Amino acid sequence: MKVAIIVFPGSNCDRDMHHVLTDVFHLESQLVWHTDELPKNVDAIVLPGGFSYGDRLRAGVIAAHSPVIKDVKKMAEKGMPVLGVCNGFQILVESGLLPGALLRNTSLNFMCKWTEIIVKNNKTPFTNKLKLNQRIPIAIANGEGRYYADAKTLAMLKKNNQIVFTYASEVNGASLDIAGICNKEGNVVGMMPHPERSAEQIINPNNSKPASLIFESLLSTLGVTA
Amino acid sequence: MSLTPQESEYLEKKIGRKPNPLELQIVAAEWSEHCSYKSSKKHLRILPKEGKRVISGPGYDSGVLDVGDGYVVTVHIESHNHPSAVEPYGGAATGVGGVIRDILSAGTRPIALLDGLRFGNIEKDHHAQWLFKNAVRGIADYGNCLGIPTIGGEIEFDKCFTNYALVDVASIGFGKKENLIRNKAEKGDYVVLIGGSTGRDGVGGSQFASDKLESENRSAVQIPDPFIEKLVIEVILEARNQKCIKAMKDLGGGGLSCAISETADALGVGIELDISLVHKREQSMSPSEIMISESQERMLVITDLKKLDTLKKICNKFRVPYSVIGRVKSDTLMEVKLDKNTVAKLPSQVVANAPLLDRPSSKPKYLITIEKIKKPKVPQNLSQTLLRMLSNPNIASKEWVYTQYDHEVGIRTVVKPGNDGAVLRLDNGKFLAAKIDGNSKHCYVNPRDGVIGCFDEACRNVVCTGAKPIGMVDHLQFGNPEDPEIFWTFKESVQAITDYAKYFEIPCVGGKVSLYNESDEGSIKPTPLIGVLGLIDKKPLVPQKIEEGDMLVMLGVTKDELGGSEYYEYIHELVGGKCPAVDMKSSKTTQDSVLELIQHDIVKVAHDCSKGGLAVAVSKLCMMNKLGCIVSLEKVPSEKLSSDELLFSESHSRFLLVIKHQDEKKTLTILKKNGITHARIGKFSGKDIIFKEKSSVLARVRVDKAQEKWLNSLGGLVTHG
Repeated sequence: MKVAIIVFPGSNCDRDMHHVLTDVFHLESQLVWHTDELPKNVDAIVLPGGFSYGDRLRAGVIAAHSPVIKDVKKMAEKGMPVLGVCNGFQILVESGLLPGALLRNTSLNFMCKWTEIIVKNNKTPFTNKLKLNQRIPIAIANGEGRYYADAKTLAMLKKNNQIVFTYASEVNGASLDIAGICNKEGNVVGMMPHPERSAEQIINPNNSKPASLIFESLLSTLGVTA
Repeated sequence: MSLTPQESEYLEKKIGRKPNPLELQIVAAEWSEHCSYKSSKKHLRILPKEGKRVISGPGYDSGVLDVGDGYVVTVHIESHNHPSAVEPYGGAATGVGGVIRDILSAGTRPIALLDGLRFGNIEKDHHAQWLFKNAVRGIADYGNCLGIPTIGGEIEFDKCFTNYALVDVASIGFGKKENLIRNKAEKGDYVVLIGGSTGRDGVGGSQFASDKLESENRSAVQIPDPFIEKLVIEVILEARNQKCIKAMKDLGGGGLSCAISETADALGVGIELDISLVHKREQSMSPSEIMISESQERMLVITDLKKLDTLKKICNKFRVPYSVIGRVKSDTLMEVKLDKNTVAKLPSQVVANAPLLDRPSSKPKYLITIEKIKKPKVPQNLSQTLLRMLSNPNIASKEWVYTQYDHEVGIRTVVKPGNDGAVLRLDNGKFLAAKIDGNSKHCYVNPRDGVIGCFDEACRNVVCTGAKPIGMVDHLQFGNPEDPEIFWTFKESVQAITDYAKYFEIPCVGGKVSLYNESDEGSIKPTPLIGVLGLIDKKPLVPQKIEEGDMLVMLGVTKDELGGSEYYEYIHELVGGKCPAVDMKSSKTTQDSVLELIQHDIVKVAHDCSKGGLAVAVSKLCMMNKLGCIVSLEKVPSEKLSSDELLFSESHSRFLLVIKHQDEKKTLTILKKNGITHARIGKFSGKDIIFKEKSSVLARVRVDKAQEKWLNSLGGLVTHG
């Protein structure tokens, strides 16, 4: 079982994600440079956070045109679990794998703080170990984290159960307080908060158990018994 | 941008001829105060630099400390004051970039940043608000993009910084000892310039920083590009892993002139370079512009023929521009060529070592009278005074600032900003604590006691996390050294730091001197900044939630020491009085006892008592826990003091400990055994912060009301200002 963590120029949460997958959850993971081909034996893909291409033009828009994204799209269509965190979410949106857009926070500032999100869909490969409406204490850190979609798209998201996480209280002005969504099939999930910063008790000032269930969900999806 | 007549004479004598104009430019850049330390170097020699953990090597731009198990921590501090005073966004951002490259130069990955910021009166001065807001944004945009967490720092506002800014950045690196760059070079090795292109930005920056800030010189300010810096970091670390780097230096003040001459001098070799090979962003740059440009995000790497191709491949992978600009030679000259014609040829030892100065100094006259002041009248409503103190921008919560910094990336941050010291986890299972502290108000009233206090405070902050101090860095910021009175305060500070460092056996592993910090409003107050690193072997003290019934124990003695205090200066607009003085012996035993108690696992929270005194320290604990506290002032160990003095004195070496009721006896026994002055002064309970003397209540504020003032003051000033 192997997870590919795609590294773009400017990704900066790639090593954090690698540490959590490998050292904390004992899942084999590999950093894959964006111009390299996706290794053959990959079972899941993670797009980590950071500032790919220095957020030039718009967060995630240049990385969305990286060579590796073609492979990611192909695998996503085949149903492979794909998770985009923070900048990874922005890249998924810019590449068309997820609908909507991520705009600047209403505070107009970068925001690094701890917040709570609520599980709204526990059928995805990254939430199947969580309970519906379970709260997850989690770290956020972004400048363009406000999820936005038009009324039609929001209605579609609701109808198809594509809203995965919402903020427990208003954080950045996101439509419907959305913190994370998935595609119609449910295998591609994008979220602004950072599960990799929240799944170890030593660095989580609240409770790391709920966030660690995001990774345990992936373990269970891949059929790895803990 | 020139040499003094004496320096010109010295140079001509050394090289045996008149330098040509380009050579003169190269030397002038390197002999600027900023690069050469010509005023300060002689005096810095007294600082203790040895220690059992200190690893020193040739040409290191950062201090290296052994943290065991084959790992090292590196640390460095720098400022970017002049540039930030003119262009706060770019100045502060490139300040971050510069210090990170010093950490990178040793072959370690930068894992944390701390910053110290100083501006004029933020409540009244719109320009100060603009400087503050943009400096914070500059640091945030740069550090966040790199993925290096900003884990702490400090902020001070004072009228002496009007039309000016002090922006200090400290960076910490981590890596394997075996990966440290050895800094050796041999004849025939290649000199490679990696990173951003060379342009006309920052031309003459180091000379600009070595003069009084008179005219706004924006072209001397460098342009930041954090994306290139991030790629440069990854290129260098991959090149390090593949053993492609024999020696390395970052390009900072003085640009290529400084990097080439200092590298050649440190390694005892000659370097020949052709500046037509340098990758440039502008056309028709003159040789001197190329040599003294301070364009950012550039590293100088020395590699050999065997590894040159690998190095090129790594640069190409990350699409980072590079140019092979020269070779190492067996002589000790730096020879600059332009299309194969020699345009400058100088002994690198001469260029890298400016003639040092012996500047005159004399004790400032103001110090004779500054302690003698008429004490202010005790305010009638001390509750109101306390609320005003909590909204004082120097004391108010810095949340507005640190939430704009990514302080979690890297997933090492165990104790987060907003507490006493920050703590990072290291790969060997140990923990590193870090804090920087400065206090221009104290240092003005008494330069010696002031800086010792800053040092003590930084140590106390680190001790509050359970860490033992292992090393320090200093950043000495003063006005014009040509003024004997200012220079005296500089010398006094260095001596004081030396005395404290020797007594506590904390080696000085790095530092920086920044002089000429003046604007048309005059000189800044003496503002030395002290950064302390501490190591925790087992587990850090992460502040625990305070609960109803927990006890408050105070260590140390509160004295009549309000000179330079926030209470005198903010509430009474009074500058002067007796500055808090540290008794090193009792401070050391107190710090050791706090560590002992933390190791016994009986301390819930350890909190330093400093700016704003006891009243502010207790209030902070209450506000952070949304819980009241009743403090009996008559129990506070003190000299005979009035009530306002008891509440707001800033005496050093005091700690507040929060202890569970059942651990009280054990705590007091240990403190008694160690001979530490202490008392149980209060109990957490209710919704009010109450200070009483026997049965009469002196001050009482509701926690939520206090919190509202404390939390929103700073952000409110900037967003609505």
